Amino acid sequence: MDSTIKKICDGDVRSASRLIRDIEDKLPDARAKIKKLYAHTGKSFIIGITGAPGAGKSTLTDALITEFRKKNKTVGVLAVDPTSPFTGGAILGDRIRMLRHAEDTGVFVRSLATRGALGGLSQAAGNAIHVMEAMGKDIIIVETVGIGQQEIDIINHAHSVVVVLVPGMGDEIQTMKAGLMEIADIFVINKANRAGAKQLQTELTSMLNLSPKTADGWKPPVVMVGNAFEPAEFAKDTAGLAKKIGEHHLYLQKSGKLNERMHRKAMTEIRDALGACLMEPVLHSLMESGELEKFSEKIRNRKTDPYSVAEEITEKFFQKRGKA
Amino acid sequence: MYFSKEMQESSLKLTRKWENEVQKALKNNPDQKERFSTVSDAEIKRLYTPEDIKNIDFAEDISVPGEFPYLRGNQATGYRGRYWTFRMFSGMGSAQDTNQRWKMLLHQGQTGLSTAFDFPTLMGYDSDSPKALGEVGKCGVAIDTMEDFMTLMEGIPLDEVTTSMTINPPATVLFAMYCAAADIKGVPLTKIGGTIQNDMLKEFIAQKTFMCPPEASVKLISDTVEFGTKFVPRWNTISISGYHIRESGSTAIQELAFTLRDGIEYVEDVIHRKRLDVDDFASRLSFFFNSHSDFFEEICKMRAARRMWAKIMRDRFHAKDPRSMWLRFHTQTAGCSLTAQQPYNNVVRTTVQALAAVLGGTQSLHTNSLDEVLCLPSEHAVEIALRTQQILAEETGVANTIDPLAGSYFIEALTNEMEEKAWEYIHKIDEMGGMIAAIEKGFPQMEISEAAYRFQRQLDAGEKIMVGVNKYSTDAAHPIPLVDIDEKVGEEQIKRLKDVRRKRDNKAVKTSLDNIKNACKKGDNVMPHCIEAVKNLATLQEICDVYREVYGEYRDPGLY
Amino acid sequence: MPERKIRVMVAKPGLDGHDRGARILARCFRDAGFEVVYTGCHQTPEQIASAAVQEDVDLVGLSCLSGAHRVLFPRVVELLREKGASDITVIGGGIIPEQDLPALYDSGIKAIFTPGASLDSIVDWIKTNIKPQ
Repeated sequence: MDSTIKKICDGDVRSASRLIRDIEDKLPDARAKIKKLYAHTGKSFIIGITGAPGAGKSTLTDALITEFRKKNKTVGVLAVDPTSPFTGGAILGDRIRMLRHAEDTGVFVRSLATRGALGGLSQAAGNAIHVMEAMGKDIIIVETVGIGQQEIDIINHAHSVVVVLVPGMGDEIQTMKAGLMEIADIFVINKANRAGAKQLQTELTSMLNLSPKTADGWKPPVVMVGNAFEPAEFAKDTAGLAKKIGEHHLYLQKSGKLNERMHRKAMTEIRDALGACLMEPVLHSLMESGELEKFSEKIRNRKTDPYSVAEEITEKFFQKRGKA
Repeated sequence: MYFSKEMQESSLKLTRKWENEVQKALKNNPDQKERFSTVSDAEIKRLYTPEDIKNIDFAEDISVPGEFPYLRGNQATGYRGRYWTFRMFSGMGSAQDTNQRWKMLLHQGQTGLSTAFDFPTLMGYDSDSPKALGEVGKCGVAIDTMEDFMTLMEGIPLDEVTTSMTINPPATVLFAMYCAAADIKGVPLTKIGGTIQNDMLKEFIAQKTFMCPPEASVKLISDTVEFGTKFVPRWNTISISGYHIRESGSTAIQELAFTLRDGIEYVEDVIHRKRLDVDDFASRLSFFFNSHSDFFEEICKMRAARRMWAKIMRDRFHAKDPRSMWLRFHTQTAGCSLTAQQPYNNVVRTTVQALAAVLGGTQSLHTNSLDEVLCLPSEHAVEIALRTQQILAEETGVANTIDPLAGSYFIEALTNEMEEKAWEYIHKIDEMGGMIAAIEKGFPQMEISEAAYRFQRQLDAGEKIMVGVNKYSTDAAHPIPLVDIDEKVGEEQIKRLKDVRRKRDNKAVKTSLDNIKNACKKGDNVMPHCIEAVKNLATLQEICDVYREVYGEYRDPGLY
Repeated sequence: MPERKIRVMVAKPGLDGHDRGARILARCFRDAGFEVVYTGCHQTPEQIASAAVQEDVDLVGLSCLSGAHRVLFPRVVELLREKGASDITVIGGGIIPEQDLPALYDSGIKAIFTPGASLDSIVDWIKTNIKPQ
């Protein structure tokens, strides 16, 4: 076995974090390593946590780590933060709420920036998850800001999806818009000590009652989590959340739905890989040659339309491929 | 301000003429820069005229010292009866080292003590905690137990000297130690005077010396206010501080607004939690401001603060007692304005900042020593800093008359403008549901971060100047002697702590800690139990660990 | 050829919470196009070293204003070495007297920026000295 792969499978943090870096930086070698690594993946239980900025996701993740560690489960966390569109830089601040686990060798926390305009975030996240799976982490938590399609794509890598809402942020409507309603397996009303929590719970429950999803045997529960500054209460609430997540995992296994989720995940992975193998090199080469800008100009001036452009590009690239 | 019609007309006419002259002059001699602004980046006009203060009502907005709105001072007599308190912040190494420095300062004419604690003490850890590694005695004095505290207070007459203690999360513990020391020395609690900083909100906003979450922290503060009100009437149980907000990079207006809004939060909590009448305790609230380098901006900030607090107490809390409306404050010159380069220039900066504080009407003043940007101050540097205050008070004549800048078009206009902008912030925080809610949202933290980053960028671009740093820098070094705290201080402190743990009655310690825990759980006042615990030689951390256990630990949310 | 993004960590070891400099630097590094892992105040050297390895940063920037740098900065370097990560560069800043510099450099700290250092000079230092492989 490749020495890096062996090290990662033995749980070596340095090699794992370096491979994740290679994936993010799109080093050609990284893809080859993932191919070799893939056989060692697929055994972890993956939880997606999403919600608006400030909803308290990292604090919940921190509490969940504590719960899972109590049961001797090893945990990987992938925390996604946005890249500044202006400078390409990013400040990755999620792990700050998980620092008490920093010295626990059973916990591996890695921050991921959303990076460039060409996409590929879902792919990077998916592969980072593979690295953590190969490390043998029992549970992997993926934390994203649930506001864009990109983030929803990442969530498709998860088996169970937790959507975090906070009373008074008006995010219930956003949630509907962002399509999170369809993918949520568990809702958390966080900071439930705040005014409006009960009302949000009522609204959410009645909305869920209308949803066809309730017919398939799993009705997404609404878990109330109180003030993180009331340590005893908060620990009780988050233990309750961990339990619900466990129940959902069990439900997935027993109902055969886990297979469906694995299918969803596989589809996402195929789409990501296609993106990486087809779309990215095409877009990249068009960008470098300046053709992309020219196409855009032609479209703007209504000299052509996007479909004709796409057809032209497809023809050109497939011809090239055929010749090669 | 009332101006006769004739005067207004002639003023407008003259101003217009002047404006024309300016336009003409600018054609040949353009200004040095496009925009002139304060250190806080507030734009300043070329000239202020009667037009700028025409809407001021003298009786309502300015008045005389000792009368509402106390813009010109709380006391009718100003500094003639008594100068501000010369209070130099000091603390270093062991309790014995600090005690010696204090005696030196009192001997030199200092009139009040002010204690700097080291970081383990400030954060509620004992000197032998792993978290205290490398920090013991470094930035102030290390206090673990009542024994250290008695050493610190050795030979200090507690009924004559007032002592300020810069302590926040463990304020209950240090206040308890002071009360216990008075008890042991036979001085009644009604005779001791001093201040504990005990302002946690500004820690979450700015200085990050925190332990428990905001709500629990405010509860502990209300305990001290209640205890002080009932048993230690000459004690200032909070020093609501803008100093650290400013040091962390805020503008003057942010300092003003966030500090007063913090004050509102504390007053509300004491009224609701302790069912005390506002006039029972409000006169013991004190404030603490920064005096930065922008001379007029600082003076106006302090004047505006007094007028705003008077309005807050009268209109928001319906206080009746004038003393409740007084904003009494300590000032420290701006540590963040000092430069490591050409350190002797710091004496000049501090002098100008101290003058601003005096003209702003401070009740108490710490002047920074020239070497404070590099290390703890040396005796010589402290002496110069103290002499700076004495020169201002006794040579320059600036204290002869009260609020000498009042009525200046510029000063009154800028005071009004700062007040107005500070109200905007206060109203915004009210709308968020108060300061704790705003802190949870990260609002004040992010506002300050923006301002700090903007200033640093302006400095890098040369739009703001720090002499010796981004202008007039030289390679010639004039090194100054630095104070060095020996790593041995820590070792010896740990040894003393271990001795105390060995010889004390551990059963009594446990009982008193349990009593504190029960008080926390029931919401009772912890102060009497703290006094008992420190007398039984419970350590600072043992008491703080009880708070951590019951209330939880607050961790830096890492806003940037 | 894809390019490596510079990843840095900004951390405050010890109990001192004066984080004005650290926060400004975090923003400044972001604006310079780096990915910045910001860990806030009150970190132990152990937490910092282990986070640096997990995040695969190229550089750790430490800020300390309390005087504890003498013990805490070298400790971070030592822990990184123990974790087989001595290739991670450690730099520092804060209130650090000149007399302490030789010992800090000897311990493996690569650069110290004292009060008055411009943001550009720090970014330039990183761009010149950090070339992620």
